[in-house]
Amino acid sequence: MQKQAIFQSKLLPYALVAPQLAIVLIFFYWPALQAVIQSFLLQDAFGLSTSFVWFDNYLELIKERAYFEAILRTFFFSFAIAVSSLSFALLLAVMADKPLRGSMLYRTLLIWPYAVAPPVVGVLWIFMLHPSLGVLSRYVRALGIDWNPLLDGDQAAALIILAAAWKQISYNFLFFLAGLQSIPRSVLEAAAIDGARPMRRFWTVTFPLLSPTIFFLLVVNIVYAFFDTFGIIDTMTRGGPGKSTETLVYKVYSDGLLGGNLGSSAAQSVILMIMVIVLTGIQFRYVERKVTY
Amino acid sequence: MANVTLRNVRKTYPGGFEAIKGVDVDVGDGQFCVLVGPSGCGKSTLLRMVAGLETVTGGEIDIGGRVVNQIEPADRDIAMVFQNYALYPHMSVYNNMAYGLRNRGMAEAEIKTRVEEAARVLELSAMLERKPRQLSGGQRQRVAMGRAIVRQPKVFLFDEPLSNLDAKLRIAMRVEIRKLQRRLNTTSIYVTHDQLEAMTLADILVVMNGGQVEQVGNPLAIYEKPATTFVASFIGAPPMNLMSTRPEEIRSQLAGSAAADAGILGIRPEDFVITDQTPAGGVALPLTVEAIERVGAETFVYGSREQEDQRVAATPGELPPGEIIVRIPGTEAPAIGQKIRVAAVRSKLHLFSGDGRKRLEA
Repeated sequence: MQKQAIFQSKLLPYALVAPQLAIVLIFFYWPALQAVIQSFLLQDAFGLSTSFVWFDNYLELIKERAYFEAILRTFFFSFAIAVSSLSFALLLAVMADKPLRGSMLYRTLLIWPYAVAPPVVGVLWIFMLHPSLGVLSRYVRALGIDWNPLLDGDQAAALIILAAAWKQISYNFLFFLAGLQSIPRSVLEAAAIDGARPMRRFWTVTFPLLSPTIFFLLVVNIVYAFFDTFGIIDTMTRGGPGKSTETLVYKVYSDGLLGGNLGSSAAQSVILMIMVIVLTGIQFRYVERKVTY
Repeated sequence: MANVTLRNVRKTYPGGFEAIKGVDVDVGDGQFCVLVGPSGCGKSTLLRMVAGLETVTGGEIDIGGRVVNQIEPADRDIAMVFQNYALYPHMSVYNNMAYGLRNRGMAEAEIKTRVEEAARVLELSAMLERKPRQLSGGQRQRVAMGRAIVRQPKVFLFDEPLSNLDAKLRIAMRVEIRKLQRRLNTTSIYVTHDQLEAMTLADILVVMNGGQVEQVGNPLAIYEKPATTFVASFIGAPPMNLMSTRPEEIRSQLAGSAAADAGILGIRPEDFVITDQTPAGGVALPLTVEAIERVGAETFVYGSREQEDQRVAATPGELPPGEIIVRIPGTEAPAIGQKIRVAAVRSKLHLFSGDGRKRLEA
């Protein structure tokens, strides 16, 4: 089969990719380049003079305790969001994979949260769990918890993780369901005849066969937790109370736009960019090659 | 070691579709039973019911004197070989075979002995550490067999295990399966749509059609005395020639008691001889040779009868009305367009009722 398209004109193929290239160049490479340049510059408080300082912004960051804490916090958030969202989505997918009445309906319903924009997710959860307005806060207090995420940093973190994980469940669910459905029925039947009870069947056959999906989703979820939780954090806690929910991405925003330290903010975004490149590299290397089993 | 008995087994799907309409089969200890029939006849469904992978709507399935209708597949003491082999893709050949034993809590030393013994028998010893994707189709098939035999179950179930192999390998594996089954002497039920596979493997052949059993018995007995026109045309290749007895040409030759009620006459291609004589009580037909297939050891002659028949009840593999296949030794070959006369003796005639559902003894 011929995979290469043949064009009469030599210019047409270039014209066809040009819009895409223009978008990538203008909206990705140009700002990225700006960020790299900015990260080597230092401005005075009024933005009147700018000096080239080499790696000083980066060195300052390494020395900054708050930055180190933000890294740890981001890793913890990513881990917590990925694990809770993945495991809950897997549980739902296993349930939805069973041939039950109305399965199409609740499969569809489970996909909806994915269509909700992150800031809306934030508002939604705040409405439910706001210490004084939240409809669920009463019940949380009834359990004997002194619920006040606006003052308690750990509770704020828990709230962010809850909201961010909830939003990601739909996406994970979709992939898990597809993964489950691609496992041949006869393999599971063979395991049933081979004397494996449902739980053992799941852990020894289904779960290993899902491992490519799990790995793929793990990378996607980490990237999501790193970057796409900005909207949720911004609407729910604005990084607070204190700095207890300030992730790396949020710190870029608050140091740069709120704190006015553009050089440091740029240096932080360059570091984030490198992290994304590494994660994407891992994903391409392992997921695309399908080497997992 | 066990008998398998099916008593009036029925299966109705929730939509109301009746896949199995009351099947009675009795497979004796150590016997090799083959379920054969066209696709959609319910043979795989029936096997899966014996395995416990499909629920039973009615009747009883009895394995070794115990009704297993409500028993989990794992507790029926059966092993099954699937059409697509259903190997665990993430496990090595060794682990594929050991999995069922580990699930039953067998000691690793005993598992090792059993798996290595099975691997030796199936010539898989050199590839125990490989993953299924590194094996050829035939090797995968043998791993699937190995997974069944290490368990030493009461019953083997085979669901078209050879249909994914190429023709040559299929014949080799067919012989292997038969030898293995004889040696282990384990009761087996085997599903296939290939009548040749069915004939060569079976101790008991069960011919199925439309969710019902058409005939049960020894393969050769079925070949010699098919109970219905469906069996007559399904078992044997090329299929039996079936023709209406209504035309005067045939009616006049079938002077006899049973023949008077018969609506359909069947004659196997190899029971015809090209001759000018009419054997006493037999049937002779004039034919025009339409086509010839010479395959070496034998020759197939496709001839048309001068008078068109009325169409006989539609069954799979049925010939166009009026066409007759004759099988003769490879040394002979009439010319195309030649007019010949073929005849069959009385004992080789098969008479059926007009609807094809009943065999009449001549």
